[in-house]
Amino acid sequence: MSPAFLNFIETILNGLMAGVMYSLVALGFVLIFKASGIFNFAQGVMALFAALTLVGLQTGQVPFAHLINAIFGTDVHHFGWELPAILAVLGTLAVMVAFAYLFEAIVLKHLVNQEPIILFMATIGLAYFLEGFGDLMWGSDIKAINIGIPSGGSFWWEDVTREWATEGSDYFGMYVDKLDVVAAIVAIILVVALTLFSQFTATGRALRAVADDHQAALSVGISLRSIWVIVWSIAGFVALVAGIMWGAKSGVQFSLSLIALKALPVLILGGFTSIPGAIVGGLIIGVGEKLAELYVGPLVGGALENWFAYVVALVFLLFRPQGLFGEKIIERV
Amino acid sequence: MLYRETGDFKTSYLEDQQTFPIKSERYLFWAAMVIAFAVVPFFINDYWEKSVLVPLLVWAMIALGLNILTGYCGQVSLGTGGFMAVGAFACYKLMTAFPEMNILIVIVLSGAVTAGVGVLFGLPSLRIKGFYLAVATLAAQFFLIWLFNKFDWFYNYSPSGQITAPERSIFGIAVTGPNAAPWATYLTCLTIVFVFAWVARNLTRGRVGRSWMAMRDMDIAAEIMGVSPFAAKLSAFAISSFYIGIGGAMFFSLYLGAAEVTEAFGIDKSFDALFIIIIGGLGSILGSFLGAAFIILFPVLLKNLMVGLWGWPTDLAAHFEIMIVGGLIMFFLIFEPHGLAQIWRLTKEKLRLWPFPY
Repeated sequence: MSPAFLNFIETILNGLMAGVMYSLVALGFVLIFKASGIFNFAQGVMALFAALTLVGLQTGQVPFAHLINAIFGTDVHHFGWELPAILAVLGTLAVMVAFAYLFEAIVLKHLVNQEPIILFMATIGLAYFLEGFGDLMWGSDIKAINIGIPSGGSFWWEDVTREWATEGSDYFGMYVDKLDVVAAIVAIILVVALTLFSQFTATGRALRAVADDHQAALSVGISLRSIWVIVWSIAGFVALVAGIMWGAKSGVQFSLSLIALKALPVLILGGFTSIPGAIVGGLIIGVGEKLAELYVGPLVGGALENWFAYVVALVFLLFRPQGLFGEKIIERV
Repeated sequence: MLYRETGDFKTSYLEDQQTFPIKSERYLFWAAMVIAFAVVPFFINDYWEKSVLVPLLVWAMIALGLNILTGYCGQVSLGTGGFMAVGAFACYKLMTAFPEMNILIVIVLSGAVTAGVGVLFGLPSLRIKGFYLAVATLAAQFFLIWLFNKFDWFYNYSPSGQITAPERSIFGIAVTGPNAAPWATYLTCLTIVFVFAWVARNLTRGRVGRSWMAMRDMDIAAEIMGVSPFAAKLSAFAISSFYIGIGGAMFFSLYLGAAEVTEAFGIDKSFDALFIIIIGGLGSILGSFLGAAFIILFPVLLKNLMVGLWGWPTDLAAHFEIMIVGGLIMFFLIFEPHGLAQIWRLTKEKLRLWPFPY
């Protein structure tokens, strides 16, 4: 095979991997939108907050250390112990569940029956709040996440692909990040687990009922409030997974919250209401972005990544206003 | 006692339809205008101009624009930052290409350029609705910022990528550039905002405004009644972008003086504008001003309190600030989804009956 063709394959492969990372974030959006009709803008910040909490718990940081020091003039920063990764993950999960509960009790409860736009604005408010709160609690410096996920290029794959190139061409093999592979596997497990959960458990059935029709679900005795807490907790869990993966890739820092913006085109492409849509949309965007960077980028001076996905999604939308897999929009007067 | 229609007889339709039908409210408004135009310029200093009054007016202008689109026509836009950038760069290019042109004409022309761009990005709204549209407007935000960053023609090939407003004057008095007196810049802003707020007020209660509101409340019903969605949505996009473009031009030339596109017109500006209209009140002209005042004054107040009074480090204060702003957004949505303008409306209702409860 010629090196140009191998380059093409490498680009597609990396695009698919990047797409999986986008899907991880988009999944959280879809879960909440399906169950409550809320377009949760704070999903990205939730991922950041989860990752910050995980690192904070693992390295034994004192929460609000900066604030305590500023008020009392003390100098506390660490408790001096380190938690094993699994305990830290469980602890973070507990924090996310508590967060879901509090958010439902303090904010969502009062916003039942409001227009979707109002709920959307509330999640923007939540995004700002959580961003400030996370920084206040754990500090705003860049942190490394370390729970034993392999990272860096895979040498084995490089060797394998070098064999494929035509004799005598100086091709050095494909670069595939091990972290991306792990992320892809995790995403597959997550989707399968979520599907099984929603198909075969009582809670899952209740979730689907609520997603279908709030009032009908209420009338058969499903508690809307507890369902919302569950959904936000699951979204918190997905945010944690996304936070770990993205955090391991680029460090836990403020820019992590911006991955929400990367997930939005994925979302409108796949449709707000479809879990497979989030995955397929992510893959399309990931591959499209990488291919555009390779072939169109040089023509216009690069840095397409910021807006290319949006334009792709926009073009798709002009033909299918509800996204690829979204529910058909039926309008009545 | 202070606010009631008793004894205030209207003898013509014109009188009955005026913006402030009640005498005391009309007097209050004109008194505020006299203070703003004739008293404040004598007392304004650099601090008040740069960190309170001018940003307030500029943001009110931008909020007016977004309110026309989101509040009156019901199309959520997250592309405000991008459209502000169009206004700012159009203003810069016009200022440098035609040094003789009056700055007021330049600013209005930048608004016109932005209106054209706005219509272009408004086209998808004919097909896409709701959140899908909100995300689609993000395409405008990211694409425009990338465009202004990438092609150096837009910033006249300056190596830093910054645009700097040259000195321009009205009646021989400098209003932009480093030599502009605070009162001159302030009065220019105030005049522009006053004129366009008056235009917006009359647009929104006329035929165009009613077609926007019909589109917002139920688009299919509006269409059946003969409101053209094409005309209504695109005119909302055009006029909204016109206002935002003027706001962006003022933001750059009168307020900042120099700007770097990714920093000055990022997505956070889009959210700021959205916050202003939510807190102020969706679909209200007064709300745009109240919201802008709140979003501008509140951080200044918090900062003075936390850094100045309690001596906290600035980064801690910054974290607190976004946390409190976010919390307030949620608070407002829960307790008064119609914003400060609605609180003012309710106050007036209460005043009308005061001191009797019913």
